[in-house]
Amino acid sequence: LALCGTGEIEGQAASAQASRPGQYMNIGFTTLIDAGWSNASSITSILQGDHDPKVRGFTMPNTEMTLDGAVDPYFKGFANLIWKLDEGGETNVELEEAYVVTTSLRWNLQIKAGQFFADFGRQNSQHPHSWSFVDQPVILSRLLGPEGLRSQGIRLSWLAPTPFYAEAMVTVANSTNGTTFSFRTEESTEIHGGAPIARETNGGRDMLVVPRVTTSFDIGQTQTVVLGASGAFGPNSGGADTRTSIYGADLYWKWKSLTAQQGFPFVSLQVEALSRKYGVDARPAVADSFVTFPADEFLDRGGYAQVLWGVKPRLVAGLRTDRALGDATPFESEFRGDRLRVSPSLTWYPTEFSKVRFQYNYDNRTNVARNHSLWLQFEFLLGAHAAHKF
Amino acid sequence: MRIRNAFAAAAAALIALSGLGATVLGKIRVVATTPDLAAIAREVGGEAVDVVALAKPTEDPHFVDAKPSHIVTLNRADVLIEGGAELELGWLPPLLESSRNARIAAGSPGRIVASQGLQMLEIPAAFDRSKGDVHSQGNPHFLLDPLNVKALATSMADHFSRVDPASAALYKANLTAFSAALDARYAEWQRKLAPFRGAKIVTYHKDFVYLASRFHLDVVEELEPKPGIAPSPAHIAKVIQTMKANSSRVILVQPYQNRRTAETVARQTGAVVLEMPQQPGARPDTKTYFTMMDHIVNSLATALGAQR
Repeated sequence: LALCGTGEIEGQAASAQASRPGQYMNIGFTTLIDAGWSNASSITSILQGDHDPKVRGFTMPNTEMTLDGAVDPYFKGFANLIWKLDEGGETNVELEEAYVVTTSLRWNLQIKAGQFFADFGRQNSQHPHSWSFVDQPVILSRLLGPEGLRSQGIRLSWLAPTPFYAEAMVTVANSTNGTTFSFRTEESTEIHGGAPIARETNGGRDMLVVPRVTTSFDIGQTQTVVLGASGAFGPNSGGADTRTSIYGADLYWKWKSLTAQQGFPFVSLQVEALSRKYGVDARPAVADSFVTFPADEFLDRGGYAQVLWGVKPRLVAGLRTDRALGDATPFESEFRGDRLRVSPSLTWYPTEFSKVRFQYNYDNRTNVARNHSLWLQFEFLLGAHAAHKF
Repeated sequence: MRIRNAFAAAAAALIALSGLGATVLGKIRVVATTPDLAAIAREVGGEAVDVVALAKPTEDPHFVDAKPSHIVTLNRADVLIEGGAELELGWLPPLLESSRNARIAAGSPGRIVASQGLQMLEIPAAFDRSKGDVHSQGNPHFLLDPLNVKALATSMADHFSRVDPASAALYKANLTAFSAALDARYAEWQRKLAPFRGAKIVTYHKDFVYLASRFHLDVVEELEPKPGIAPSPAHIAKVIQTMKANSSRVILVQPYQNRRTAETVARQTGAVVLEMPQQPGARPDTKTYFTMMDHIVNSLATALGAQR
């Protein structure tokens, strides 16, 4: 909403049953069915995203129901409910997003309130069914977390009165949650090797703050560029008064033919680069309580670049390169080591309501293993299909 | 500190600017989703309006990118004209939400939904996507029926007058002139196509049904087996068979549709492929609604006449 920090599957247009008298809400339902194989000893070590296929064989990592509509003349409402099977085949339910957005504030302002994906970079606020690959980029799993960076809070955004698109926004949200991975979370051992330090919310400094600016230009009639810069700041569970700072820059470029049929042919490039500083106090190691790690500041950085080529109607070839680097630590973590991943993919959309995707991953975890994985994904969509943002 | 003050002043000025109305030099800003709607808005609005279209005339209007620049265009709009009937469903809603412009909110004078109030064709009895991408509110390609254009122009004049009462007389005069010109052209188009009443034609997509209905042509097949579904070899074989059986020798395609498929069929049936853009501006000689319809009617009459 409101921003272009989110993306789309190129060429995929939406269609939905119209709002008819008496029908005040659009209801959509999408399901991902994944299947695949990998020679990695543990698949959860190489696929860390919450909606990634994390088993050999079959899995259903994301079934979502989306509800949206006008609340009244002043607000629009949106909710996204998820059912997913975990590695053991158990069904988990989660309230992924539920929020309202204002429609008619003055001065080009807009407020969003509820639980929602933070506007950080491009992919963080996209739902899995609109990703261009089967899995989450490595650096996003590591820095923004397996479930993406989302929390309960409020976002204020301002559309600048410039002749070109420019928007500035800031989200203030709770920093304690399973979905604020680099901040206050029980899962922080993966980042700092020690036991998580429980911290209360005492003041403004304990909130998560996510600013973002983004702008876009059209080049001629066929090309569009979107640029963005984001930050995420807040307390973490590495100490009594330690903090995390994440910075990100993103670029999206797309060319689409002047005589595009169903949105094809097109070529697009998406790049995101992120870095994180994570402060920690001296803390006992979880792996060995006789060992105490010293106070430190960890630096992680990385990014990904993905190219999509919409060859002809309904066929998209993709190539993504992931890179993630973490500075040396005295403990082992699957979320910190150096890693390179290369993923070619091919997606066929029988219609905009279904897709079949093949993806190969070459994974190189420095000093750990080199792995090969092959994934197949099928998606179907029922009911209303929320239109994709650019 | 001075820099900070200067920055604060600049920010305050920008915020103040963004609260101002969008009228430029006394003209109201009209945004149309597609060039055909824009062309009619120009006729009705004349010099009192500044009209832009979001979709390009050569691209598939079902699949327009929701580019951020469109958010800016919609943010400044006084009037938005959309086709409706789900034509823009895949791209307009997120743009509108981001545009935060109450002037073009649903139900306000600044919002025109062209399909509302028109006699829509092909409204499905039941919603079933196994029948392809059928629009639940009917076929959205309704502006090839000149009578729909006339009704829409009347609605535009009404909305423009409510948004911009100062120019109401101008809109009324423009509407009268446009309607008279349309009546004359319509009679001429009917006269030119009258000899071909019942002529059997083939189209790529179900996008000429309003033209066929108004001018008494018979669309015997589409190259798409179902709306939005790419032609399959089996379906093409069936189309060729039907065309041969019916002596149907005209295939209509739009610039963004796969002309190669149409030409393959044409080679096997002795048919002629006619490029028939439904959006003014898709060809250099079809910049207005009238010149576009002239092109469509003349090409059809010539092609059908040559087969007599």
